[in-house]
Amino acid sequence: MIHPRSDTKQPDKTPPVSDEPRVLLAHGGGGELMQRLIRRHILPVMNNEHLRNLADAAVVPWSASEVVFTTDSYVVTPLVFPGGDIGRLAVAGTINDLAVMGAAPTAISLGLILEEGLPLAILDQIMSSIAATAKEAGVMVVTGDTKVIERRAVLNTPQEDAPYIVEGMMINTAGIGYLRRGVSLDIRRIRPGDAVLISGTIADHGLAIMSLRKGLAMDSELQSDTAPLNGLIGDLLSSGVDVKFMRDPTRGGVAGVLADIVESCEISVEIEESRIPVSRTARHLAELLGLDPLTVANEGKVLCVVADSDAERALAAMQKHPLGKQAARVGRITDTQPPLVELITRAGGRRIVQRPYGEELPRIC
Amino acid sequence: MITRMEQLRNEIHALARKIERRISIMEVCGTHTVSIFRHGLRSMLPANLRLISGPGCPVCVTAQRHIDAAIELTRRPDVILATYGDMMRVPGRRTSLEKRRADGANIQVVNSAETALQLADEYPDQQVVFMAIGFETTAPATAAVVLQAERRNIQNFSVLVSHKQVVPAMLALLRSGDVPLDGFICPGHVSVIIGARAYEPIVRDHRKPCVVAGFEPDQILSALVSLLRQIADKRAKVENVYSAVVSEVGNTVALDLMKRVFVSTDTPWRALGTIAQSGLELAPAYQKFDALRRFQIQLGSDEDDPRCLCGEVIQGKVEPHECPLFAGECTPLTPIGPCMVSSEGTCAAWYKYHRTVNSSSHRERSA
Repeated sequence: MIHPRSDTKQPDKTPPVSDEPRVLLAHGGGGELMQRLIRRHILPVMNNEHLRNLADAAVVPWSASEVVFTTDSYVVTPLVFPGGDIGRLAVAGTINDLAVMGAAPTAISLGLILEEGLPLAILDQIMSSIAATAKEAGVMVVTGDTKVIERRAVLNTPQEDAPYIVEGMMINTAGIGYLRRGVSLDIRRIRPGDAVLISGTIADHGLAIMSLRKGLAMDSELQSDTAPLNGLIGDLLSSGVDVKFMRDPTRGGVAGVLADIVESCEISVEIEESRIPVSRTARHLAELLGLDPLTVANEGKVLCVVADSDAERALAAMQKHPLGKQAARVGRITDTQPPLVELITRAGGRRIVQRPYGEELPRIC
Repeated sequence: MITRMEQLRNEIHALARKIERRISIMEVCGTHTVSIFRHGLRSMLPANLRLISGPGCPVCVTAQRHIDAAIELTRRPDVILATYGDMMRVPGRRTSLEKRRADGANIQVVNSAETALQLADEYPDQQVVFMAIGFETTAPATAAVVLQAERRNIQNFSVLVSHKQVVPAMLALLRSGDVPLDGFICPGHVSVIIGARAYEPIVRDHRKPCVVAGFEPDQILSALVSLLRQIADKRAKVENVYSAVVSEVGNTVALDLMKRVFVSTDTPWRALGTIAQSGLELAPAYQKFDALRRFQIQLGSDEDDPRCLCGEVIQGKVEPHECPLFAGECTPLTPIGPCMVSSEGTCAAWYKYHRTVNSSSHRERSA
């Protein structure tokens, strides 16, 4: 079976002959090599009292009554992309899942699944990124695990991103945090008249990755927005605004989160295209790829719903934080029936917005 | 302050009031259809102005027999079928290219005819067949690679030609008289190639106004204003509100390429039947690149699902929600007709932008 690609040559599938140090299957064997991998490539960047002893589990002091707990796995290809990498994504993604639940994240775990052949230089780069992101968020990586798997066979159907699959890594992170007092996030509290806010420009992450995969020349301009949001969300919640609902619009984008609201609450959402922050580059790329920015993934944005009377205060609180400078009020909840998400277009028309239904085929003309 | 969009909208409403009766305008091109839905333009129009989405989505008008021929080609040893991505999920009589690929057939999605020819270079031991669909927008690129293959004497490249011409289809719709039409928004991309003058026969023989438009919402509304003015004044002429891009005579280089490589022929359109001189086939000098000849494949007949109303949809006889399959059995994930497969198909656009969230019934906003 063949895998012709016109733009990218297939990487050589034979074992590397260069001297570049790479992950070996033996690194996962639990022996001396594994110790060396952990001590040289993993511990140095995030040495803390929990990890130092290489115990089987971490003991985390706890005083709050409720723990918020989440987990997520990260399999993004390519491993490194403009504005981030799989490491930053794995830390930020899990922290954000905790933060949008109203939790203050305290600790995360780090499960690494490395593929035989992964250059150690890339592992080092990603480990540094994990450490830096955890530090930025003020969250400790307290426990972890490392496994090495065999180099995966090349898929026997042509895949657009096959070259990225040849050697890689996957990361699972789980995180805990304590529930902030006085916060009562509940999708059922959403009422007609409430305001819908978004913390900044949308679609940056998904479009940055897609443009890289498709080899579009402009990729350097658009950066993924991957970032831990616990600081921004903490500021918002401690500003005294009664936030009713929050979610980070990752896969499925803003359209997916709004569809969740409509389906759970049987109410409608009306958003205005002209108020939704989208960068010029992102708008242009979306146009080129035939995608609606509303359906594209974000990794450093939060969508929240507050009472109309709280909207200005909430915006001001977000805009004070560096990650919320472009926060905007994009729409409102209405009692229109049947329940649906409606967009008032820039042109002045109205149309519905739906959850994306899967792979969108490229346009041909 | 009144915006340009509001100004155009007001003008459309004023003209429609003046005309009084029901007005039907066809936007021929799938890219216009998508733009109209995406920008919510239908919701801005007066109740007596109806937009009909025409047969301008290349995937939607490709006859099933051509898809079956492509599927048959994938069964031949050493054949790599190169196709535009939108064709992958269109159902043939028994299967689709997507299913054939899952079965192990060698099918490559390409974004251009040029890429298909490169495959022939990369795999000299295999026969590369390019499934050439589309209107005058893609036909010149097919012509260019056929000429290149001829010049370089490439033996392992051929073309399954299913190219179509827009104007003969528009004329056929008017001749059939099944759909009352008051005018056309003529396609932007196709017109870049064929030129605004190409629509003269429609104006001359059928007295239907034609306006060439770009894809931005204000250009589409401008086209509607031009059309309604003509209808109100009982005039019919070709107007071009996209003159920055579309000239009177079109792209003569591209037209020459097509003229050298192709000749006009009768061709079957999905659900419209065979339309005289509406297709393109390779001129005698280039027939050695005809995949049907090279692999001795006879085109069969079409056996479309009788419940599927795609044919009626692309002629504007029914709207997608009137099809019994729409949004039930037929969705973008499980398309039955091509209008639901193509991102530019009328049914896919309705499904995405016009359907209500929780029910399959559409929501009529303009009425």
